[in-house]
Amino acid sequence: MSTRSIDRRSAEMSLAYVLTAFFFFGIGALAGLLQGLVRGGVITLPEWINYYQILTAHGVLMGLVFTTFFIVGFFYAGMAKTITLPKLSVKLGWLGWVVMFFGTVMAVATISTGEASVMYTFYAPLKASPWFYIGSTLLVIGSWIAGAGMTYAYTQWRKQNTNQRSPLFTFMVMATLVLWYVATLGVAAEMLFQLIPWSFGWTDTVNVVLSRMLFWFFGHPLVYFWLMPAYAAWYNCVPKIIGGKIFSDSLARVVFILFILLSIPVGFHHQLTEAGISEKWKIVHVALTLGVVLPSMMTAFSSFATFEAVGRAKGARGVFGFFKKLPYGDVRFFAPFMGMLFFIPAGIGGIINTSNQMNVVVHNTIWVTGHFHITVGAAVALTFFGIAYWLIPSLMGRQLTKGAHRAGIIQTLFWTVGMLIMSGAMHFMGLLGVPRRTDYTTYMDDPLGLSWMKYETLMAIGGVLLFISAVLMICNAIYLWKFAPVGETEFPMAENSLEVRQQTPRILENWKVWIAILAFLILVSYGYPIYDAIVHAPPGAPGMKTW
Amino acid sequence: MHVHKLEKIWLTFGGLMLAAFLVVLTINAFAMGNTPPSDLQQIDPTKVDQTPPFDKPGLVKISENEYDLNMIGYAFGYTPALVEIPKGATVHFHVTSRDVMHGFEVAGTDVNMMLTPGLVNSVTKTFNDVGSFLILCNEYCGTGHQIMAAHLVVK
Ligand code: HEM
Ligand SMILES: [Cu+2]
Ligand SMILES: [Cu+2]
Repeated sequence: MSTRSIDRRSAEMSLAYVLTAFFFFGIGALAGLLQGLVRGGVITLPEWINYYQILTAHGVLMGLVFTTFFIVGFFYAGMAKTITLPKLSVKLGWLGWVVMFFGTVMAVATISTGEASVMYTFYAPLKASPWFYIGSTLLVIGSWIAGAGMTYAYTQWRKQNTNQRSPLFTFMVMATLVLWYVATLGVAAEMLFQLIPWSFGWTDTVNVVLSRMLFWFFGHPLVYFWLMPAYAAWYNCVPKIIGGKIFSDSLARVVFILFILLSIPVGFHHQLTEAGISEKWKIVHVALTLGVVLPSMMTAFSSFATFEAVGRAKGARGVFGFFKKLPYGDVRFFAPFMGMLFFIPAGIGGIINTSNQMNVVVHNTIWVTGHFHITVGAAVALTFFGIAYWLIPSLMGRQLTKGAHRAGIIQTLFWTVGMLIMSGAMHFMGLLGVPRRTDYTTYMDDPLGLSWMKYETLMAIGGVLLFISAVLMICNAIYLWKFAPVGETEFPMAENSLEVRQQTPRILENWKVWIAILAFLILVSYGYPIYDAIVHAPPGAPGMKTW
Repeated sequence: MHVHKLEKIWLTFGGLMLAAFLVVLTINAFAMGNTPPSDLQQIDPTKVDQTPPFDKPGLVKISENEYDLNMIGYAFGYTPALVEIPKGATVHFHVTSRDVMHGFEVAGTDVNMMLTPGLVNSVTKTFNDVGSFLILCNEYCGTGHQIMAAHLVVK
């Protein structure tokens, strides 16, 4: 008999998001493969496509579309599991999906016609078609609508359960949404007040410095928006899968609060080598960025503490004996676990990037691309794959079969090895000075340019393995969605008893307090620089289409 | 809120590392002068060619083996495209963009900065070894981004 883990309406809506995410992921992966092969000198693109066109598509589809669709779907499903969704939330969920989908199609269409080869960061004064900016804005607005559906479910739950701390997963969803709403205000302002009017020709020039500040006000928290759902899975789902417990309810909440506070007032660490921002403001942002070390270390501690407890309960001995007792044959564990391992060098790389002086060595080299492929492209993506393996059959009322486990492990291994090769080559080339976002080039046969080619080819080989893995992932997802035997798959969600939850300090769920502190931090770190960028704006730059 | 004893140690370690990092970065930046390129000087991007010193881009000697090097980045190249300096020269790079965002990287060195239309960016470097350096653009700027380069020869 088919048994879904949550009610049918919520399940179908969440599933629509997850499947759409993998659809766009597939197109993004194909673009990624081509990029690797072109840069590596293996193939040349036909006349009618341009390298920068597919690179823009890849960045938008992977960085913005795949992640956002997956996150919304996972969050809705997890909320339905922990607090159930009222009808209105499901409706808002569908409406959000429609708006997001429509926005994505609009953005992708303008990229395909060659009207928007501006990368997913759309730095002015590169001027794309207005429909690219409008499409991207709709993607964000759709996510706001979906977020409203989740917020409604949460407020209803709190009304019915006064004085109760919410389940940890739901709390984490709300924390991520707080971050997302505040962060997207920056990019929304850039779109509505600067780029859209300018690309329609209603204004002649654009204040480039302001547009970049607004973009990075959003751009850094964007990476936490990707990471927090993966963390939510590490805190709630992984412990349940391996038969363990949540290490500490209150500390997990502290971690998410710290992410809210420390991820927005730090955008200048992406602008360290730029004119127009003084070195003193840069160091303020660098200091706040480094603060993120604390929640990251807390997460590492609690994850491994859970693993150790589980291992010892199974009879592990010695300091690291518990590593031998973990269920590596279970793809629901294996994939996110590989992601966690990737996050160790990724975190170290992040500290290097933000360190003022070291940033000068790696800024805009392909080191940075290597860095975010092991953060979002591995730690986050592998966790999302791991989630998909149980989430899809559990929403469909099908079984996650032994064969699917095995196929999943192979897929994870391909991704892991491919990513090690590709990102390893990228990190290494970056240290040599190889630039990112660059079509095949030897710089007119400059000896230095020529000497880089062998590593570019290595990078391409990693890309091929990744592409194979992506194809496998999509086949697995389709199998679990349509063809796996009917039955039941567990929705793994470790939940603390109400008693444990009530020991968590009440203030942690007092959003007004945290939003006020966040507003204060933003005022301190961005107030003057933004005011200055408006009042002492550099001469405006006219838009240009240089592609 | 209960915090495990080992976790307290772990977080204290993290906190101390964080403090150590910040102290090193701040001292290195403000006491030793290693701040990242952060020039605040403005320029009209549509009039770069008429605005001194960019109306006559190139090398300007300011003292014994010390030079200002004024350069313009544009889609898709730099003016001047070839610069020769004597060994041991200290060069103050002042570079701006005439159109869109560009990068300015002297590959294999720590000269690496963004060029924003509307602003001049600056960095200083002493070249103690002879050789030819590849200057390249590392911020996407359009179809010809991959050929945007120049050379700096130390003799
Ligand atoms: C099939 C797997 C993948 C391959 C082969 C691949 C390959 C690449 C390559 C070669 C580049 C750099 C091109 C350049 O700078 O010239 C790139 C950029 C990028 N990739 Fe991937 N990638 C893959 C998966 C992913 C995933 C899963 C994500 C995120 C979820 C992602 C996000 C990005 C982003 C945001 C960029 C930067 C685009 C830009 O600079 O504007 N990629 N990818
Ligand atoms: Cu960042
Ligand atoms: Cu360029």
